[in-house]
Amino acid sequence: MFNSYQETTVQYDKEKCVGCGRCSTVCPHRVFIQHGNKAELIAASACMECGTCQLNCPADAITVDSGVGCAGSMIRAALRGEKLDKANCTCE
Amino acid sequence: MSKQQSCDCTNTKTNTEVPNKSLPEIRPTTWSTGNAELKDHILARLGVYRLNHRVDPGLYSLGKPTPKSPAFVSANYTLSFDMLRSSLKHTDAYILVLDTQGVNVWCAAGKGTFGTDELVSKIQTTNLADVVSHRKLILPQLGASGVNSFEVEKQSGFKVEYGPVRTNDLPEYLKTGKATPEMRQVKYTLKDRLVLIPVELSVAALPLIVAVIALDILGGVLPASAVAVSVLAGTALFPAVLPWLPTRDFSSKGFTLGILLALPFADSAFLGNSGSAIWLQVALGLAYVFLMAPITAYLALNFTGSTTFTSRTGVKKEIFRYIPAMAASLVVGAVLAALVIAMHFLGGGI
Repeated sequence: MFNSYQETTVQYDKEKCVGCGRCSTVCPHRVFIQHGNKAELIAASACMECGTCQLNCPADAITVDSGVGCAGSMIRAALRGEKLDKANCTCE
Repeated sequence: MSKQQSCDCTNTKTNTEVPNKSLPEIRPTTWSTGNAELKDHILARLGVYRLNHRVDPGLYSLGKPTPKSPAFVSANYTLSFDMLRSSLKHTDAYILVLDTQGVNVWCAAGKGTFGTDELVSKIQTTNLADVVSHRKLILPQLGASGVNSFEVEKQSGFKVEYGPVRTNDLPEYLKTGKATPEMRQVKYTLKDRLVLIPVELSVAALPLIVAVIALDILGGVLPASAVAVSVLAGTALFPAVLPWLPTRDFSSKGFTLGILLALPFADSAFLGNSGSAIWLQVALGLAYVFLMAPITAYLALNFTGSTTFTSRTGVKKEIFRYIPAMAASLVVGAVLAALVIAMHFLGGGI
């Protein structure tokens, strides 16, 4: 109840991981940690879906449906008749 | 004063009589920031000329850098650039400023302007490879959402190293060559939230003033101050007290705050009409709660975009879960208020 933030879209394929450690370096919310020569996805619910890990993964081991967690931009998109998922960061 | 280096690339400005394409323009900058910067930072925080707090993109020299000095990358937003250079006190360095159109590092990375292409292009146009002898760039960690570090290395030969999230951890990072997990985590402190309030307020100010004046004329001081309190609660108080409000969702936090602040108004409305029928007193009191709470809750939900941690999946869920509740609450409140007003005109006793 009253927690809409338990599920996120981050997905990790450990098989593909080459152990470079970039994801645990770039993630601002410690969603990944480096454990030996593999990354571990330890806190998926803390993910803010910024997509940084996916962009910086050289092995395509991570996917995130990334976007801006901003109600204002989504509501504005809805009012324009667009899909909520299409909302971009609209503050200047 | 220190002597000029034998190969002093910072000195190119004086070589203008021999135009040489291979010599990039390097602008000098300082560690210290003064009153002009302070004034600019205050205006930026107030949201005045929001996109005009810019520095020229390009390469800067900080102190007296040599070809071995570290090279940092920043955005052409004054707050970003000034925070970086003032955190590097006594470090001789180069700063490569990307053209992010006056937007800070994290937001610009999200928009893609602090990105792989812009970084590679600035490395080339400033001839950075001729200025420094190493091939390492230190980027702010939050720039990583726009930069594919492996792609940058492939295209430019420069290895990307992500520094800490906050510039004030840079001295420690430079000493140890490593950012601790603590330095890598984004926080959202009271101070981080408080500095956002002026911009939140400036967005809400005009409609709020209009609403307050209109309600004051139509209904008097109590409804006028009720709308002022619910809007100020959602824009100014909510950011301050965010972590201490119960539940995780912004909307439910906002409803809680809105209901709490509506109670004194409900109470005054109830007591101020003690001559009326009791059900009319109750209806008017409840109208304040049903009308004020969703205003605060809606503004609270909108604050998600100013935070450092909300996911799109979660915010989308919040919108579908709570917007109908907010609308329903407004309708109930409006019906109750209309009922009371109608009874008033029909001589029902208020």
